[in-house]
Amino acid sequence: MKKPNTVESYLRHTKMFTQTEVSFDELRHLVSDRALTGETVLLNMGPQHPSTHGVLRLLLELDGETVINCIPDIGFLHTGIEKNMEAKTYLKAEVMTDRMDYLNTVGNNLVYCLAIEKLAELDVPPRAQGVRLILVELQRIASHLVWLGTHALDLAAMSLFLYCFREREMILNILEMCSGQRMMTTYIRPGGLWRDTPVEFEDAVRQFLRLFPPRIDQYEAMLTKNPIFMDRTKKIGVIAAEEAVKWGLTGPSLRASGVAYDLRKVSPYLGYEQYEFDVPVLQGGDVYARYQVRMEEMRQSVRIIQQALDKLPYGPVRSENRKYVPPPRSELSTSMEAVIHHFKLWTEGFLLPEGAVYVPVESPRGELGCYLESDGGPKPHRVHFRTPSFVHLQALPLLSKGHLVADLVAIIGSVDIVLGDADR
Amino acid sequence: MDEKPRTEQSKDVLITSVRPDADVLIADAIRERFGAAVNEFRGEISLVLAPGQLQEVVRTLRDEFAFDFLSSLTASDYWPELEPRFHVVYQLYSHPHNTRLCLRVPVNDRSPVVPTVESVWPVANWHEREVFDMFGIRFEGHSDLRRILMPYDWEGHPLRKDYPLGYEEPQFTFNFEDIQIRKHRGRYEEA
Repeated sequence: MKKPNTVESYLRHTKMFTQTEVSFDELRHLVSDRALTGETVLLNMGPQHPSTHGVLRLLLELDGETVINCIPDIGFLHTGIEKNMEAKTYLKAEVMTDRMDYLNTVGNNLVYCLAIEKLAELDVPPRAQGVRLILVELQRIASHLVWLGTHALDLAAMSLFLYCFREREMILNILEMCSGQRMMTTYIRPGGLWRDTPVEFEDAVRQFLRLFPPRIDQYEAMLTKNPIFMDRTKKIGVIAAEEAVKWGLTGPSLRASGVAYDLRKVSPYLGYEQYEFDVPVLQGGDVYARYQVRMEEMRQSVRIIQQALDKLPYGPVRSENRKYVPPPRSELSTSMEAVIHHFKLWTEGFLLPEGAVYVPVESPRGELGCYLESDGGPKPHRVHFRTPSFVHLQALPLLSKGHLVADLVAIIGSVDIVLGDADR
Repeated sequence: MDEKPRTEQSKDVLITSVRPDADVLIADAIRERFGAAVNEFRGEISLVLAPGQLQEVVRTLRDEFAFDFLSSLTASDYWPELEPRFHVVYQLYSHPHNTRLCLRVPVNDRSPVVPTVESVWPVANWHEREVFDMFGIRFEGHSDLRRILMPYDWEGHPLRKDYPLGYEEPQFTFNFEDIQIRKHRGRYEEA
């Protein structure tokens, strides 16, 4: 069977079930009967709304100011990354992973590279592991800082936003120092890193570690005991442990409900088992508990980075397996074999053995999983990302039922969604 | 509520029995009871099930083997192979056992229908909508099977392997007429 080359010819040649019209009847089962009589109001929130943290559309059924039903509508940022990756070699496809969750770019690269390494049984040198871990933890802090700033901004604490972005800038500078890019780094590559860190890397990270812990205390001084903040967040958006597991919550949102599920502890990757750190767990399950868990997580990340930096060994940052990792530039002028490997890798790309793996990692938002399936060729047969934002958005109706519209803003902020992550 | 965050040094408060071979034991039990094929690849265990068995197996897994968490649900297209054409892939996780299990359900091209697991794990709702949207696999008994990522009036299912990536066809002398007609129709008829 020949593959049609345009969408139009595809549609001409296939007869399949399509859905062409949507009317209110399609959504009828999602709203209450009172919406039909006009007793409750249906209101659109978003997709262009400053508090929805991106292009998220919520169809709200309101009784006065109380949310009766909330129907999330996503897909406005759908860019077909999974489809596009199937048409690119493994190495080229990695560039697209950065663009999914734009606050956790290093983590996206990591999960994709871990999946490739698992499928290829590729080794990673210890120094590369250490640098990866430091960068992923720095990225976790940066992501939490954006979350904290915007979450506080939603709750009318404006000044915190500026402080958070000041510290985030230091992290982005470190990423730029390593990779030349502030956000879309693609620094982690299958089998190691793109290149070794520059000499000033260690000092920059140490300076950040010196400055940052007192700053967390400053943020907490502004929010933790602030009566306005507490009124807006306590007992809001409560979800019990059992419900949270059922609805697939992971990460800080799950740990705030009392389930100690952290992939860095339960199935360690990158050598997390060598480092001493705690997993903050709270029982509240509300917006305030989620806030506390994330604040504590930033402190723990600092601890991990400190240990990793002290232990960071010297040595190569890329695997010696030339079937997957390109040879260094210096070898190209002396070794014929290196030239052949280089040519193969940059034209055809590497071939992965046939099979499928699922690799989960702990992203700042929760479980980020990569399902990678190979048919033995140079391009992925299927890549699927299980993204935390997608799953957390699904629980939004559950969290927001019965709360005020103003609280809905707090709840959206507290589950920390990134729409690029949800829509892919 | 004002207590300091309680921190855990131990692996997990919910983990009661961690056996490294828990997934193997569970897979064997399911194979014996339901006759499912068991595959192991890179330390991951997957069970291949017929669509008819799925409901019963997932209920057993949740109730008897404590697989309380559906981690991921997706599909894969093996076109031009038609029977089976798709695999629906479920990634399960058990908090008490700290173990993972993968279920694969082969689906034919002619009637791509799988029973829903929404009643077992509510989180499956959106995952199944996504698979329906991207692959056109229907989930029987699903409460709200609408498109989720693509626009509601989109035609076709983009992640199917025979669905083109959507580039513009280059106009050469041999297909000049073909494309010219299409351009024309696009511009005037649909306006």
